[in-house]
Amino acid sequence: MSASTAEYLLELRFPAQANRMVMVRDIVRSAARFCGFDEPATQDIVLAVGEACQNVILHAYDGRGDGPILLDILDSADRMILRVTDFGPAVATATVQPRALHELRPGGLGTHFIHKVMDTADFGRSPTGVGNVLQMTKKKDLAK
Amino acid sequence: MTEAIREVQGHLVVALSGEIDLDRAPAVRRQLLDCVKRQQDVLVDLSAVTYIDSSGIASLVEALQWATRRGSDLSLVAVSPQALRVFELARLDKVFSIHPDIDAALAAAD
Repeated sequence: MSASTAEYLLELRFPAQANRMVMVRDIVRSAARFCGFDEPATQDIVLAVGEACQNVILHAYDGRGDGPILLDILDSADRMILRVTDFGPAVATATVQPRALHELRPGGLGTHFIHKVMDTADFGRSPTGVGNVLQMTKKKDLAK
Repeated sequence: MTEAIREVQGHLVVALSGEIDLDRAPAVRRQLLDCVKRQQDVLVDLSAVTYIDSSGIASLVEALQWATRRGSDLSLVAVSPQALRVFELARLDKVFSIHPDIDAALAAAD
């Protein structure tokens, strides 16, 4: 089974509110384990989804908590695909670019984490023309 | 959730626990800044932290900056594996003083 024949594992819709994220991360943790990832990789996947949703809460909806987040998770033989969709206005690409690490300051690390722990992370407007989509993939270590 | 704070040999020890994310980071930030403003050295015990993300890290960075400006120290002790991974990703494992336990942190401060 290749990435092109990935099967839907789950689709989740929840409000863009910070107090929902413990529950969402629990679900992602279970999904990553179901896909066969070990504990360190599972923690990386949970971190990436947490940061992606945090970006939506803070940037796409400006912390208002009045919009939904869609999380689609697909599984294939060689990778897990996680897609985070919002329905907010276009987010400036600069706000979702990793920042330089040489300056010690609070904030701005979320996107850096996503790019470090996932194999791909592609951000853009939704194909429907409404909202933004971040699609991330994590390859499976098939040697294990 | 209230974090446990105790005093050990003149240091304030703040034991954080559970998941420190966008929801909890503001409370953690307030608590850390309150400790730093007492102008005592602060040890932050992260042994029971099961998840920390960029918002939690930001609270710790801000507290470290306050401590540095006030001439006191803020160190991390017993950092859990998940938290250490996040500090390494941010390359902050070289910015914070990290000790395996409270005794080691106290010995380093002597």
